[in-house]
Amino acid sequence: MENPLSIEPLFHLGPVPVTAPVVVTWVIMAVLAALAWATTRRLTLRPGKAQTVLELMVTTIDAQIADTMRRDPAPFRALIGTIFLFVLAANWSSLIPGVEPPTAHVETDAALALIVFAATIAYGIRARGMGGYLATFAEPSWVMIPLNVIEQITRTFSLIVRLFGNVMSGVFVVSIVLSLAGLLVPIPLMALDLLTGAVQAYIFAVLATVFIGAAVGETRDPAANDRKDPSDD
Amino acid sequence: MTDNLVEIVSILAAALAVGMGAIGPALGEGRAVAAAMDAIARQPEAAGTISRTLFVGLAMIETMAIYTLVIALLVLFANPFV
Repeated sequence: MENPLSIEPLFHLGPVPVTAPVVVTWVIMAVLAALAWATTRRLTLRPGKAQTVLELMVTTIDAQIADTMRRDPAPFRALIGTIFLFVLAANWSSLIPGVEPPTAHVETDAALALIVFAATIAYGIRARGMGGYLATFAEPSWVMIPLNVIEQITRTFSLIVRLFGNVMSGVFVVSIVLSLAGLLVPIPLMALDLLTGAVQAYIFAVLATVFIGAAVGETRDPAANDRKDPSDD
Repeated sequence: MTDNLVEIVSILAAALAVGMGAIGPALGEGRAVAAAMDAIARQPEAAGTISRTLFVGLAMIETMAIYTLVIALLVLFANPFV
């Protein structure tokens, strides 16, 4: 059986080996960028079909961010929206025959989670200043400093493993069923994969929102601080 | 026999990890779905919000089972002792 943890290089670009997930990632990035460029060239007050879909996506993402963070979503829209659309496109890229989702390999997920990790620190420092951000590690008391530092690392790690495990297990199960039962049998499992892929993209984006929201703090509605943090797993 | 003892134990460990690791999330998901059904029966107009939150919660719980799957695959395919 094929090892799901290792990847073979497709071709070499000079001394750099290029693997299939890298190619798929760059194609997804190019397609998303081209679609965004093409739909935002001629924005009108009476939108056509493409612009309506785009506006629907932007307002939905904005509403989700505002719901979770209790803040103006504008500074976070680009990052969270791109993460959501990219992970969704990556998870659903298995719809194209012969393409394996790049998120089924741990390196892609690690890169995405490290982007979230770096963004958390950057937004936190920008919103509170260096001293103010470091002071959040000593909340509610200085005893919690080691735990808060460990939490930063473990939640990034769990973000990696969650996305990797869910997508990889889908691909893996489909390949096992295909080798055992044959053609057309794994189709229900593949349909389940699409649902899992959408839910995991949503969860990845929501968790990124929650982490960044916790780093920048809440301003508009102090009562919302009492809500339970969904990242406590 | 002693040559591939590590591999035999690895396969047993992987099977045990997935089997035992599925118990907890299964019980948890059962409780979550039961609570959601109860809530929808009491307040059918909130079904949309409840089922959306339920799906996200289920995916979170399911992640625990996925973790054990990842551990099992590590033991099978990336075992440092084989």
